[in-house]
Amino acid sequence: MDDLYREVIIEHYKNPSYRGKLDPHDISFADNNPLCGDHIQIDLRVSPDGVVTDARFDGHGCAISQASADLLIESIIGKPLEEVKKLNKESVLELLGIELGPVRLKCALLSLKVLKAGVYGLQEASDSLVE
Amino acid sequence: MFTSNDPMTLNLIEIRKDFPILDRELRPGVRLTYLDTTATAQKPLAVINAMDDFYRRSNANIHRGVHTLAEEATTLYENARERIAKFINAESARQVIYTRNTTESINLVAYTWARANLKPGDLVILTEMEHHSNLVPWHMLQAERGIELDFIPVTQDGLLDLVTYGMLLERNPKLVSFTHMSNVLGTINPAAEMIRLAHEAGAIVLVDGAQSVPHLKVDMQALDADFYAFSAHKMCGPTGIGVLYGKTALLESMPPFLGGGDMIKEVKLRSFRANTLPHKFEAGTPAIAEAVGFGVAVDYLTNLGMDNIAAHEHEITEYALERLEEIPGVKLFGPSADKKGGVASFTLEGVHPHDVAQILDRDGIAVRAGHHCAQPLHEKFGIPATSRASFYLYNTKEEVDLLVNGIYTVKKMFG
Ligand SMILES: Cc1ncc(COP(=O)(O)O)c(C=O)c1O
Repeated sequence: MDDLYREVIIEHYKNPSYRGKLDPHDISFADNNPLCGDHIQIDLRVSPDGVVTDARFDGHGCAISQASADLLIESIIGKPLEEVKKLNKESVLELLGIELGPVRLKCALLSLKVLKAGVYGLQEASDSLVE
Repeated sequence: MFTSNDPMTLNLIEIRKDFPILDRELRPGVRLTYLDTTATAQKPLAVINAMDDFYRRSNANIHRGVHTLAEEATTLYENARERIAKFINAESARQVIYTRNTTESINLVAYTWARANLKPGDLVILTEMEHHSNLVPWHMLQAERGIELDFIPVTQDGLLDLVTYGMLLERNPKLVSFTHMSNVLGTINPAAEMIRLAHEAGAIVLVDGAQSVPHLKVDMQALDADFYAFSAHKMCGPTGIGVLYGKTALLESMPPFLGGGDMIKEVKLRSFRANTLPHKFEAGTPAIAEAVGFGVAVDYLTNLGMDNIAAHEHEITEYALERLEEIPGVKLFGPSADKKGGVASFTLEGVHPHDVAQILDRDGIAVRAGHHCAQPLHEKFGIPATSRASFYLYNTKEEVDLLVNGIYTVKKMFG
């Protein structure tokens, strides 16, 4: 619980490295967390052989949602889409390095949900997060 | 029990002893500071014991038995209704219909009176500061019936724009439905005046009293509302029970709500005759122990005196607004203390309300973060969410100080 606001999270929230938009991009997707009004958009550039060459996120929300987005983007640049598809809840929690209750878990996973929606298309993304 | 006729002299030391939860240590050395009464109030021992006692001694179903317990349970259930009626100065206890909560009370009006009386194109006036429970039932009726909705705007300082209200009334509305006190801004609306104007325009008036009945003296005969809705759980009573007050003639003219036992006078295989008031609207076994607890909650508030409670809350709120205003980066929403109840909704620059609430929680401070079931109002102010501290008869200035210190901690972490 005290770990929730580790310095690294506050740092990524206050000074994100990957906040912004990509124009042009190959994939773009956005979604909200209706509970708290968090909003995340993710833009990706993908090489012909399916590797993420660049990525950005934009939006607003709590420290957990914004920091996890920044960390997530950082982790996927240079990765093949096939690997991005394999990311799950645990991957995000590992990036954040904290444990989360059910309410804040939604905040943390919003960026993954958006990313997967962009990579897979809508339906499968929300399915793949339901456990 | 402590009583006083001298406002602002609630004996907080004694009162806090009535609420065992306020002594709770959430974690070692961290005591609860409960600033979320607007969501639900804590319960005094008197209420907890009355419900416990009911289950230990008197539990039976009501209105359907001649044995001792059945008689006793029925008497307790109906006595509570009498005291609630007196508390809001209704002419008769028959006008006090038990529901599950404010939300169900509003839906009862939407499903019975409104569906029997509203035609396509009929105008219903609401306000921009409504809780979702006084919006969605009307959205549903709009989709089903094609009624028209319009809204009294909220000004930047969190008051209803009564000039526009006057203009809306010229459009011959059938119903005006508004909250007596906003659960976000704390604004206490001029209900009596608004009701009088609506009646002059020929409209029926429904008032959402979820936040007003717990904090102010409300008088049904003086207010003259046609319907008035509130919940026990926000006024020291249990969850699961609320009230719809209505004018007798209106209630009698309305079709019943849910069908089943208790709401009937007579049932044939192919027909039924509805019961008299208030039972006509109370189908099935109701929340009996909760009604008993509700009655005791009303006694508790009456003993303290609603004027004293309001005066105490005013003092705390004034102090809280003053202290919060001093914090750089804090922006408060809603009118000044003299126009509002015990609610302080705010944003802190650069920090999301969820983070504010979560960091305050480390110090045991319970505030709410989110849109507080009033999304349109937040949209109006261009913010997705606020943090909300709310105050009741058991809160102290020391707790306000803890809140303020907590916010400084948040600032330091995000600084
Ligand atoms: C102004 C207002 N109206 C209605 C409600 C709904 O009350 P309940 O959830 O008890 O039905 C609330 C509760 O949050 C409220 O604050």
